[in-house]
Amino acid sequence: MTLEEIITSPSPWLKHGGPHGDIVLSTRVRLARNVAGRPFLSRLQAAEQGEIESALRDAIVAAADPGDFTWFDLEELSDIDRQCLLERHVISREHAAGEGPRGVAVSRDQRVAVMVNEEDHLRLQVYSAGLQLQDTWAEADALDDRIEERVTYTFSPELGYLTACPTNVGTGMRLSVMLHLPALVLTKQIEKVFHAVARMRLAVRGIYGEGTQAVGDIYQISNQASLGRSEEDILKNLDAVIPQILAYEQQARGVLADESPVALDDRVYRSWALLTHARTISSEETLMLLSAVRLGIHLGRLDGVDIGAVNDLFLLTRRGHIQRLRGAALDESQRDAARADFIRKRLAANG
Amino acid sequence: MLCQRCKKQQATVHLTEIIHNEKRERHLCEDCAREEGVAIKAQINLQDVLSGMLEAHQSAGKEAGLACPDCGMTYGEFRSQGRLGCPNDYEAFAEPLHELLEKVHGGAEHLGKVPRRAGADQQAGRELMQLRRRLQESVDHEQYEEAARLRDLIQEKEAGA
Repeated sequence: MTLEEIITSPSPWLKHGGPHGDIVLSTRVRLARNVAGRPFLSRLQAAEQGEIESALRDAIVAAADPGDFTWFDLEELSDIDRQCLLERHVISREHAAGEGPRGVAVSRDQRVAVMVNEEDHLRLQVYSAGLQLQDTWAEADALDDRIEERVTYTFSPELGYLTACPTNVGTGMRLSVMLHLPALVLTKQIEKVFHAVARMRLAVRGIYGEGTQAVGDIYQISNQASLGRSEEDILKNLDAVIPQILAYEQQARGVLADESPVALDDRVYRSWALLTHARTISSEETLMLLSAVRLGIHLGRLDGVDIGAVNDLFLLTRRGHIQRLRGAALDESQRDAARADFIRKRLAANG
Repeated sequence: MLCQRCKKQQATVHLTEIIHNEKRERHLCEDCAREEGVAIKAQINLQDVLSGMLEAHQSAGKEAGLACPDCGMTYGEFRSQGRLGCPNDYEAFAEPLHELLEKVHGGAEHLGKVPRRAGADQQAGRELMQLRRRLQESVDHEQYEEAARLRDLIQEKEAGA
């Protein structure tokens, strides 16, 4: 599988959604691991970082079915390609901007991405469409076992898997769920949800992780604590909280449809009109409009529009992808024009 | 949010009044709230805050000097960078870290998955790391005989692992 193939095919697993797909975009399990007998990344010599990279690359590729994983060396990729992988959540912001030997193994279906030499030596990530906490964990757990047959991780019986940052120590696990919550935002109730979530030792973040703003009404909710509780406890905690957030969002959607149907339709159709007619459009505006269109489709107010095409656009209209699809580096105003062009064509073909 | 009364200062007092079953929310700055006769209970005692800060500062000063024998990182460096240097830092900084872990995680004891190969490998791993560090130091100091000896020792241990 080449990078070209990854970038031109929208994440296939994400396209048509999963359980509770009208609100839950994806579930992710991330496990942080480090190789025993080596310092953490900040104290590694460049040569040692290279040794870890090649040892882990071999172990990861061998742990998967033959030919399933493709390895990408981040030092060899262009800025635009790294940006594209970041937009797909294959690598993190920190990994894209990092230094020295580092890379990522990506599975054929793009659901599994194992980063090497990010903040920790190894960061294993498994994604699923929609809400699939247990299955996603089981898959990550099994892959972790298979890699561990080939590598000794640094582990302490008292503190668990030792990580470069003490916020990840213990299970090294971060379980996150990406939610589309437009109705809670529109009805101004989202803050209440955040307060409740914070009390459960869960964190709320924007679409691209730590310190990023929530654009397009997309929020990531994840466990904050990784120590002092088992993986099962972490699963149970989210399993208890997420359905309640879904119920609130559903309720808010119902209120919008029942109490202000004209305002709701106006918002949905204006967004649709802009997306299908604009000649220049920023990335932020695109996400905002897509959010309203997505809500409209799920509430049955916008007929004949393919949800898959709309879901794809959340990804394909991002900065890196627009440039990759055009095959050229573009400045901001060129990107905005190329983006508007691309959206019009896509929606004309699928609408 | 600005104070609804003076529209100049930040509103820090948020009131919900219920008059004749009608709910009314008001957002005022401290000055206006006082002028309107709203009693503000002082929730924070300045003296407590100050002494708390001083205490934290003093203990941070004492702990900042803690250094890990394996990687050389000090606790002060960790506090400014937010990342540890090597697995042994968890032991070298055990005391101040314990408090931090309790605060972040609400617990400081691992209850999750245990890798199949934990245990003896860990001690061997730490030895290897120390040897590699000494090797680097000998190279840095141009002590090539010592470096060669350490390199052989590392290879021997790696083969055994």
